[in-house]
Amino acid sequence: MADKRIYSAPGDRIETKHPVTVNRYRGYTRVNHWVTAACMIVLLISGLSFFHPSLFFLTGLFGGGQMTRWLHPIVGLVLVASFLLLFAQMWKLNLPRREDVEWSRKIGDLLQGNEEALPELGKYNAGQKVVFWGMSGLIVVLVTTGIMIWEQYFPDLVSIPVRRIAVAVHALAALFTILIFIVHVYAAIWTRGTIRAMTRGTVTGGWAFRHHRKWLRELAGRQGSDPSK
Amino acid sequence: MSERAPEPVTAAANPPLQPLASNLLPSDVIRVSATSDVPAPERELTPVAKLIDVSKCIGCKACQSACIEWNDTHPDLEENVGVYENPHDLTPDMFTLMRFTEYENPVTNEFEWLIRKDGCMHCADPGCLKACPAPGAIVQYSNGIVDFISDNCIGCGYCIAGCPFNIPRISKTAHVSKKCTLCSDRVAVGQGPACAKACPTKAISFGTKEDMVELANERVEDLKSRGYDHAGLYDPQGVGGTHVMYVLHHADQPSLYSGLPDDPQISPVVRSWKGPAKTVGLAVAGLAAAGAVLHGIFARANEVTAHEEGEAEDLVAHRNHAQQGDREA
Repeated sequence: MADKRIYSAPGDRIETKHPVTVNRYRGYTRVNHWVTAACMIVLLISGLSFFHPSLFFLTGLFGGGQMTRWLHPIVGLVLVASFLLLFAQMWKLNLPRREDVEWSRKIGDLLQGNEEALPELGKYNAGQKVVFWGMSGLIVVLVTTGIMIWEQYFPDLVSIPVRRIAVAVHALAALFTILIFIVHVYAAIWTRGTIRAMTRGTVTGGWAFRHHRKWLRELAGRQGSDPSK
Repeated sequence: MSERAPEPVTAAANPPLQPLASNLLPSDVIRVSATSDVPAPERELTPVAKLIDVSKCIGCKACQSACIEWNDTHPDLEENVGVYENPHDLTPDMFTLMRFTEYENPVTNEFEWLIRKDGCMHCADPGCLKACPAPGAIVQYSNGIVDFISDNCIGCGYCIAGCPFNIPRISKTAHVSKKCTLCSDRVAVGQGPACAKACPTKAISFGTKEDMVELANERVEDLKSRGYDHAGLYDPQGVGGTHVMYVLHHADQPSLYSGLPDDPQISPVVRSWKGPAKTVGLAVAGLAAAGAVLHGIFARANEVTAHEEGEAEDLVAHRNHAQQGDREA
């Protein structure tokens, strides 16, 4: 029997039972994530070098100012393509659910190590959803304003007054992107046992039980059914 | 080398026969793009200015030719599309452009042909320099010349967003920004700009800013005596004054002259983007990163317990049994 998935994505399955390990991200998704991450890091470093004169020296990492100016928007487009693939795989499970409200209200308990007080969750918690939708929205803003100020290929796309607004919005959106990036990376490190989900693709049963119990329950219930459905 | 060239006070003088050393030195720079700690210059050059008397211009484009020749640029041959402007706009190879406006004066019912030589205004408060992210790509000398240093330019086009006059153009081949240099290389050796020297009607004059303002006042007085009541000098204070100025017969309506801005100033958007907001933004990002690191060091990590691993095993095993039971039933 193949129950409809509500809290899990195709490919998520219980891999071993003693001890329990759970497959959270397929190889394809992990490669997709790390390509996106590499693009994001290049974009943050190259973008920061234009953001503030004190960081202009970072252009040296890419072969100088001219090379960085050329590279930044191209990597931006690669990121957009890569992120679109990630988006297609993840948007459904990132839709807000009722339990997200309670989880968000009790976020203080989470930070104090009192995670038992929080409701059971599917594959993503409200924080992860904010990161997901925040990044999605900001990337749309960044690529839109970025093309408007892409001198090499779109010098006459928008008027100069619009271009002025676009550079300012681009910088502001980039700042928020940095903040979300920090939250994302930090949460992955602080919540021990998370990073292996994006390296080896699996998490321990205890990790799934602690943080995403509904997800684990669904996968446990699906054992024996076709994991690709 | 030989002695330093004198500071030029006119465009009319011919160069001396003996070679002269440059008198526009790196130490004469007072502002540098994306650089906050510019050393105070040891000396202050006399501010210079180019005065363009629109009322004397006949639209011959000798200034454009002189500019092309001196700067060794090669504007594309373009098609005649039935307008006087040639080329169609300022380009990376055309630093100055005669712009023509046909104006029917509603007061006098006279037809007026307004010709304005467009190009960099060399603002005292240059928006291009403010917007530029590349250290040293744009410099301002103490005599007022704003110059683009192509070796440091990265071709990003931010100067276009910064400029209130729509002047800089990015080369499609060299990927650097180009504009009028006020012939800084000529001024350095005591000569005035090529355009001023070539102008057959003396519509373009060059000298110290003080002299040019004085000359402009004479011209304005003359124009007023001829019935141009609103004649005046265009030296917009919104950008701190400029080192290229116009005498306009309709100084009350600069925009008549092919959209010369009535009150140019660096856009508030550019100011807020390039002002303290940058430092604040950087600080916010830095604090967030530092906060995360501190939390990582001092706060207890969110760790999975052995008990939870056991719970997970039970859950998985139980579900499995329940399911097998379902199947057997």
